[in-house]
Amino acid sequence: MSHASSYEPKTSVTRWLDARLPIVRFIADFMVFPTPRNLNYLWTFGAILAFMLIAQIVTGVILAMHFAPNTALAFDSVEKIMRDVNYGWLMRYAHAVGASMFFLAVYIHMFRGIYYGSYKAPREVLWMIGVAIFLVMMATAFMGYSLIWGQMSFWAVTVITNLFSSLDTLYSGLGTTLVQWIWGGFSVDNATLNRLFSLHYLLPFVLVGLVVLHVWALHVVGSNNPTGVEVKNVEKETLPFYAYFTTKDLFALAAFGVIFAYFVFFTPNYLGDAVNYVPANPLLTPPHIVPEWYFLPFYAILRAVPSKLGGVLAMFGAIVVLFFVPWLDTSRVRSASYRPMFRWFFWAFVFSCLALGYLGAAPVTETSTMASQFFTFYYFAFFLIVMPVVGIYETPKPQPDSIADTFTHKSDDGSGRGARPVAAE
Amino acid sequence: MTTMTSSLVRRSLGAFVIGSVLSATAFSAPASASETAGHYEVPRLEWTFGGLSGYFDKQQLRRGFKVYQTVCQACHNLAHLSYRNLTQPGGPELPKEEVEAYAAQKQVADGFNDAGEVNMRPAKLADLFVGPFKNDKEAAAALNGSVPPDLSLITKARSIERNIEWYAFPFIMLKDILTQYQEQGADYTHALLTGYTDPPADFNLLPGLSYNRVFPGHQIGMPQPLSDGMVEYDDGTPSTLDQQAKDVTAFLAWAAEPSLVERKKLGAWVLIYLIILAGLLYASKKLIWRNVKH
Ligand code: HEM
Repeated sequence: MSHASSYEPKTSVTRWLDARLPIVRFIADFMVFPTPRNLNYLWTFGAILAFMLIAQIVTGVILAMHFAPNTALAFDSVEKIMRDVNYGWLMRYAHAVGASMFFLAVYIHMFRGIYYGSYKAPREVLWMIGVAIFLVMMATAFMGYSLIWGQMSFWAVTVITNLFSSLDTLYSGLGTTLVQWIWGGFSVDNATLNRLFSLHYLLPFVLVGLVVLHVWALHVVGSNNPTGVEVKNVEKETLPFYAYFTTKDLFALAAFGVIFAYFVFFTPNYLGDAVNYVPANPLLTPPHIVPEWYFLPFYAILRAVPSKLGGVLAMFGAIVVLFFVPWLDTSRVRSASYRPMFRWFFWAFVFSCLALGYLGAAPVTETSTMASQFFTFYYFAFFLIVMPVVGIYETPKPQPDSIADTFTHKSDDGSGRGARPVAAE
Repeated sequence: MTTMTSSLVRRSLGAFVIGSVLSATAFSAPASASETAGHYEVPRLEWTFGGLSGYFDKQQLRRGFKVYQTVCQACHNLAHLSYRNLTQPGGPELPKEEVEAYAAQKQVADGFNDAGEVNMRPAKLADLFVGPFKNDKEAAAALNGSVPPDLSLITKARSIERNIEWYAFPFIMLKDILTQYQEQGADYTHALLTGYTDPPADFNLLPGLSYNRVFPGHQIGMPQPLSDGMVEYDDGTPSTLDQQAKDVTAFLAWAAEPSLVERKKLGAWVLIYLIILAGLLYASKKLIWRNVKH
């Protein structure tokens, strides 16, 4: 729904600028972006994510001013931040808890996309940029966690980088060479920590770039909505982004902030592993090596496959498969609200992800491995079997003819005071 | 029964999403037996520094510091602590002169003298704690191969093992979050210090090690450090083993995070601020949308 520009520069200065760099026009048009009126609060998570990305960058840049990326100093420098830097504890906890909140929000955002079929035409590129964002987010979080250089940091890096050695089974020496190249030496050491820090500082800005593309794509195709029915009448069915959705997003952000602050100030270490308060020791492997909670489902998939290479492929495949979702889903109906069969499979999928999260942290037993295999199977089956097949066999419930149909029965006069719906293109 | 480490509890926020949907019956999580075969379930204690308005009890920290001085410091350092921290508000708040005298017992390297040798001087308030050993090798040589860990983060670096059925898991997780269970390390430390018992009859204890029901593997290199009357308290508090363990644990919890009180105080204001802000924003949203069909 890329809309025609409604901006008219009113002063000579803005006219002058508009002819040279139409930046004010850009912002003005952004602000009146026509947004479906019927969005629910699940659509506020995009704004929450944008805030989280900025918050991570701000706290992260401050932390980097005090952090020492050197194996002999890193752990102590983190403790110095906690104890001797003014409000250093706040910056560190906000950044560490912030990473978790970022993932919490992104998972809700992604499940929302799957439930309402937001990946379907014409939003395929928007979705795929999202998947790219998700990949870069995971890499960034992994590298950030390693910087603390505690026991769990060190061993997580060791275990995860070592996964690449499984490529040796494809071509002898390939994996080992790759791993040594990643490490910058023959073990996880100072060279490794230095590059992890460098990349951890770089990737968030790559994310910023991807988010710009993401929002650009969004502004070309317009937001989907809970009915999954495209906007037909811009005037009746949409509202300008400012002030309707800015206030709604800000309210949601403040509510999300309450949860965020609760964790930062009252349970800042709940989401982390106690073992990471022990400095890294290359000679002592911790009894349980467990990743951060947001990686647990993927870790469970890795462990579910008996062969090492197979596990690695399954783990990466679990993310790569997301890129193909727009073409795997054969249903022409977007929203699961009108898909009686798909809805059940969707909730089973959510349950599987939670179960895999639980299993990813559980000690390996015969039962836990079997359960992991079962849920891993369903994870892939959801995309590769359910999405194509259910779309063909399901009889969808009747969809409303238009978004407006869902609220015209409501009794207010509909004059839309204060609403300045924008003319369509 | 699945034995889950508590680290599991702290991490699966994923299940939190389910848990939060469920009602407050969440709190009736099944109590696990406190001792199953070989597993001692560390109980949750009340600490002054727990909860929304947690603080450190100055007298308790002073007693705890005395325990540290009398017993622990012979083997363990507090490497992340500076001597000046002992005088700061919110901590043991010891008189400056007392801490200066305490610091001066230790020597630190400070540059080079005119002959080019390392210059040693007594430690000052600004210096980090100086430990009993130069390095781990020296500690191991002196202590029969065991290396005593630094204690400045011990109450954050340890957690407890709990037996949790998988179906109870989301509830326990939710309960831990809502009751702010951040004192697992303190509970562990207290339980360890009071956890020296006779080994079970069939237990094969290696020479030089002690049996402890809490320590992973139950064989610990540290002989029982505390016992009734071990430390003489200045404030008349009865010096029982349990009291000493509690006091030194509280002291270590402070040492692990001297900013805890500041954090919780600020946190209360931040929460109040955000809740009011959210309320105002909600009202604005309602106002702006009041005549809009949606
Ligand atoms: C840094 C991370 C991200 C940011 C800042 C971000 C931002 C946004 C924003 C502002 C919107 C519009 C508001 C909304 O619909 O919530 C949006 C929509 C969308 N995002 Fe993201 N996003 C991120 C990650 C992702 C990821 C990981 C995916 C999927 C893999 C994704 C998929 C989508 C889709 C499909 C839409 C359109 C939804 C609809 O209109 O129904 N996004 N995103």
